[in-house]
Amino acid sequence: MTFDINLIYSLGPTLLRATGVTLMVWLGATLVAIVLGFFVAFGRRYGPRALDAALRVYVEVIRGTPFLIQLFLLYYGGPFIGLVLDPVPAGLIGLAIYGGAYFSEIFRAGFESVPTGHIEAGVCLGLDQGQIVRRILIPEMTTLVMPPIVNMMIVLLKETAVLSVVTVPELTFQISAIGSEKYAFVEAMFLLACFYWGLVELCGTLGRAAEARFSRLRLTR
Amino acid sequence: MTAQLFLLLVQACGWTVFISVISIVLGLLLGTVVSAAMLSSSRSLALAGRIFVSFFRGSPLLVQLLLIYNLLPMLGLNVPSMVAAIVGLSLCTAAYQAENLRGGFASVPAGLLEAADMLGLSPFQQFWRIRAPIALRMTLPALANESIMILKASSLVSVVGVVELTRMAQDLSASTFIPLPLFAAAAFIYLVINGIVALGFKKAENSFRWGIKA
Repeated sequence: MTFDINLIYSLGPTLLRATGVTLMVWLGATLVAIVLGFFVAFGRRYGPRALDAALRVYVEVIRGTPFLIQLFLLYYGGPFIGLVLDPVPAGLIGLAIYGGAYFSEIFRAGFESVPTGHIEAGVCLGLDQGQIVRRILIPEMTTLVMPPIVNMMIVLLKETAVLSVVTVPELTFQISAIGSEKYAFVEAMFLLACFYWGLVELCGTLGRAAEARFSRLRLTR
Repeated sequence: MTAQLFLLLVQACGWTVFISVISIVLGLLLGTVVSAAMLSSSRSLALAGRIFVSFFRGSPLLVQLLLIYNLLPMLGLNVPSMVAAIVGLSLCTAAYQAENLRGGFASVPAGLLEAADMLGLSPFQQFWRIRAPIALRMTLPALANESIMILKASSLVSVVGVVELTRMAQDLSASTFIPLPLFAAAAFIYLVINGIVALGFKKAENSFRWGIKA
């Protein structure tokens, strides 16, 4: 085996761009999903009963069906109701809708695990509803939901590989293409798996560090 | 969307259930072995178990499936894609189940094992008669979750050419040009199967509840 510098020149930019797409779609979808999930959980808890029922259907349908089917519905089914999306936005939107349902369940559990006594204390101190949410519920909840949120972020990172099926030019898509072209598909897939593995471990380590920092901040305050 | 198309989807979902059930059972067996390795006093065995779990939990299932599907023929195993898919799903779920079972095994009260020692049960008997049943019972809710995850994850084996529910919906939509109702129907079938599985496990949890202190 010889060291072929031209291979790096020819493949490097593609791989870098693919890594960029994976990270961009992952982080973008995660951000949207966390915001969406928060509002879904909030709406289910404080909104009218009809809203709770409607949002519940969303959460249960998303959690009960495979991500791949949801993606196909959006990407191949969308055009039939006038929703034509390019692969990257379709992937991003699909991943965000998928993650939002799971994040909403995390936030729901978070809301529920804030002791009622704390909320009652807030009421006794004359805080209004908005202050109770901003000053008591959300700060207490964020420490509680940090570990499952990191977990879900890791799940979403791994789900980005599924986007390759609808031709999003992310890592799995590009590396399968390169692997087939160079007749080294198994090697390419192995490296790819190791790359995700490293990224997931890194994400987990960073997440644990963030959790430790978060909980220390809350305790000293 | 005709009744005939829907019937084809329902038939294909039989394969989804078949692949999932086999993978869950194989994964449970392998996961038990791996969790035993992780909890063993041999350091190299524990490390091997941890690396296995970390790798299969840390990389996307789709990549694992593509890897195994292409790796097996390289090793001289020309198996049908169905077998490769089951191997891939089993290995992946084994890692998750091993992690769950590790927690279950760790929570077996030491007193029970001491009692078993006193009664002269061999380590093998202790494992199959005391540790495994208790760990399984403790991890039944996690197993329910994992079963639903695998039912959903089995849609990915469509990518390596196994004609299960997702692939059937894909193939039919390619020939009939009505993807929206077909994928919606497939989603509905997945929802129904998952609902049944969730209900079944809830029943099982209730009937296994004896013996667990609340």
